[in-house]
Amino acid sequence: MQIASSILRFTARKLLRLLILLGAVAVFSFVLINLSPIDPVNAYIGADMLLISPEQRALIATRWGLDQPMTVRFARWAEQILQGNLGVSIIFNQPVATVIADRFSTSLALMATAWILSGAIGFVLGILAGMREGSLIDRAIRLYAYTLASSPTFWVALLLLIIFSVSLKWAPFCCASPPGLLPDQVTITQRLQHLILPAITLSIVGVANMALHTRQKLIEVLQSEYALFARAQGESIWGLVQNHGIRNVALPAITLQGAALSELFGGAVLAEQVFSYPGLGQATVQAAIRSDVPLLLGIVFFSAIFVFVGNTLADLAYQVIDPRIRIGGGAQ
Amino acid sequence: MSQSSTTPATTTLSSSGKVARIYPWQMNRRQKTVLTIGLCLGFFALALLGGRIIGDAGLSTNLPSRNQAPSLAHPFGTDWLGRDMLTRTLHGLSLSLWVGLLAATFSAVIGAALGTIAATIGGWVDTLLTWCIDVFFSLPHLVLLIMIAFAVGGGTTGVIIAVACTHWTGLARIIRAEVLQLRSAPYVQLAAQFGRSPTWIACEHMLPHLVPQFLVGLILLFPHAILHEAGLTFIGIGLSPHLPAIGIILAESMRYLATGYWWLAAMPGAALLIAVKLFDVLGEHVRALIDPKTRQS
Amino acid sequence: MLHVQNLTVAFTVYERGLAQKRLTVITDLDVEVQAGEVVAIVGASGSGKSLLAHAILGILPHNADLGGTMTFEGEALTPARKEALRGKQIVLVPQSVASLDPLMRVGAQVQRAAQLSGQRSRAADQAVDQAFRRYSLPETTRQRYPFQLSGGMARRVLVSTAVVGSAKLVIADEPTPGLHPQIVAETLGHLRELADEGCGVLLITHDIEAALQIADRVAVFYAGTTVEMALASDFAHGATALRHPYTKALWRALPQNEFIALAGTQPNPDALPDGCLFADRCPLVTAACRVARPESRSLRGGLVRCIHAEG
Repeated sequence: MQIASSILRFTARKLLRLLILLGAVAVFSFVLINLSPIDPVNAYIGADMLLISPEQRALIATRWGLDQPMTVRFARWAEQILQGNLGVSIIFNQPVATVIADRFSTSLALMATAWILSGAIGFVLGILAGMREGSLIDRAIRLYAYTLASSPTFWVALLLLIIFSVSLKWAPFCCASPPGLLPDQVTITQRLQHLILPAITLSIVGVANMALHTRQKLIEVLQSEYALFARAQGESIWGLVQNHGIRNVALPAITLQGAALSELFGGAVLAEQVFSYPGLGQATVQAAIRSDVPLLLGIVFFSAIFVFVGNTLADLAYQVIDPRIRIGGGAQ
Repeated sequence: MSQSSTTPATTTLSSSGKVARIYPWQMNRRQKTVLTIGLCLGFFALALLGGRIIGDAGLSTNLPSRNQAPSLAHPFGTDWLGRDMLTRTLHGLSLSLWVGLLAATFSAVIGAALGTIAATIGGWVDTLLTWCIDVFFSLPHLVLLIMIAFAVGGGTTGVIIAVACTHWTGLARIIRAEVLQLRSAPYVQLAAQFGRSPTWIACEHMLPHLVPQFLVGLILLFPHAILHEAGLTFIGIGLSPHLPAIGIILAESMRYLATGYWWLAAMPGAALLIAVKLFDVLGEHVRALIDPKTRQS
Repeated sequence: MLHVQNLTVAFTVYERGLAQKRLTVITDLDVEVQAGEVVAIVGASGSGKSLLAHAILGILPHNADLGGTMTFEGEALTPARKEALRGKQIVLVPQSVASLDPLMRVGAQVQRAAQLSGQRSRAADQAVDQAFRRYSLPETTRQRYPFQLSGGMARRVLVSTAVVGSAKLVIADEPTPGLHPQIVAETLGHLRELADEGCGVLLITHDIEAALQIADRVAVFYAGTTVEMALASDFAHGATALRHPYTKALWRALPQNEFIALAGTQPNPDALPDGCLFADRCPLVTAACRVARPESRSLRGGLVRCIHAEG
């Protein structure tokens, strides 16, 4: 009962924070976009610019409320947002919300796979490296992790494409499904086939961070006083890791996983570009290049919520798992 | 009775029950650290000026020798216009490095300044800054970059401004934490009570801690800035396609991947990776050398 | 039971520049513990006494060099033997509750200690209950986390880890750091109990008064070496019954005696003098003292490292 009520309070606080955060993001993005030298009308009309008369342009501007002062425009826009209307995407000619939902469901499989893979593999590698510090395996893992942690995601994607798609022909070259097929005609296997290279790309970089972080935390654990005492009781290194290491390293790892969602989104933008994967990342790039302001703003919002959810989940894990917080009365 | 402060008071463990050194390379001779730093700096000097050193010879179109795989004559191969990829890569690297360094330096200065001000003034200024940083961290970095670059109109200035405006948060946090800690440190408070002027305290007690953090933070900021610039350029929101930036080179290489011209992507990317990696190495070694906390006794 | 002779523990650390430094933390240490007795090693805080415990258990850091001989029950204590014995026949009672895993329930941790001493889980479970009952710890203690324990409870839990197995040698490392006198007395009482039941207890402490409460013999530790091995009763008879100048100074420094501290400081472990380590502060120092380290010799039923100590 106590746990339930504390979780409720926690959730309420978090929701409030989220709202304030989104509010700040809203103001920030709106001001930013509107201060930009990009003329939304021009962006909208695009190639037809020469065919439009000045009166028609003025009409469009009025229609969009561009002749009003910024505060008025913001108020109208905020009003729309609060009603759930994110506007219509210029590129796709669909409500922004629909576009995002659509695109995100495609990206979701990709990101979820990469997230789970990078978390699990990174954790295991980190434990291995930390356990056998200084050994060959530790150095190999560290070399791998250090190298990949600074690798440009899009380059790794290109390399994988070159090796596995072009040379070995093991994986398809692009897109989320074989071209020419309708969505309902695509099988799960085909989806997986198209998913695998982008997912590996994303997870490879995520593994590096998780491995290094876990390794460092495990080393700290193994150098702690309680590890020394366990050792004095006759515990072997593997016993130490099993009985003390994993438990004490799990919490920092969870925090990192929560924070990893932010990196994941960024990585997805690049990976989807390389693999022409029609997900949310690619939509972001399209929106930026083709000046689709409503869509861009909508994606910015969505990503803020996404990152927030990730961090909150990690926070929640701490509340639940760490006895010092759960039972209270203890400083960490 | 006093006791030696250099006695290891806690024993530590590793896999075979013997102590594992926390940073193995710290145990190596300090000369090795200095040497590594020297080598890195030498590499960067070369890379930054490389464009001018090598000249523009390899950049001109030379159709007869197009699409060649790496060879002795063209270590990085040639592209579809016959241009030497090594020359293009070096130019691109130089460009990316300059842009990255510029943007990162801006960012670092902004970050350090804001962090110090917030920690010194405290109160609502500090709260505001912390909250601002939280807002920045609430968005995926690349999304934020894209939005800012887009808002500013893209192009080279767009990239520089976008990168400069988003990388200050990390350093601001670190410097702020450091200053806060220093202000509440007993020796600083004692110095104030002894009548030392704030300037003296700042110079004698605070700077030795802050300068290393700033320097190391700055150096470690470069890789991020460079990679982000390359990323933005790659997706088309960064440097102009006329410039041989690494991002452009890689984006263009995508068109020819299917035909098997792997060197168009592999080599420039590898060069970027090495450059970025060396910055990390430089940063870590500089930290080992000058950070009072991690200098081993 | 435990016989340590000429133990030397040194560390090689790296310094600013290329220099390597060799810290000799323990030099020519002799100590001996028989079954049923409490031997206290008394010396200044931070002078490396804990490392003695780690040396006996075989859990010193990688860069440690070990010299001298150690035997347990007549047989040499090789690293392999240390590994086989620790937790089983030789156990440690650590200094603080920081030696307990903060995320693990206390009962589970003590049970793990029992399992490591060789018992199966059912027997280990019962051993934990027994130990907790013995030290009057309430039933709920098993479910508690370390941060929920009071100072006294924590000490009793730590002692429990030593009794859940069938240990013969108990090494207590600074068991009474800054604790309430009542808890100090309680803890010491537990250790005395263990000795009375047949274990050998090596009590490492800086608190000489605490040591004198339960010890049979006292080894005086200075600058990494044992300068004297005295009977606990010698301390009751005043400075004349003690042998080494340092011990006498120590005795004089006690609040209930003259309360005069000795001037000067211990020598640095990276720059130990060639001769007697106490030479710089000794009232009896002569030229001969600085030439070579004094050997340990028998005197009036104890041992002393001093060429000037009289009978």
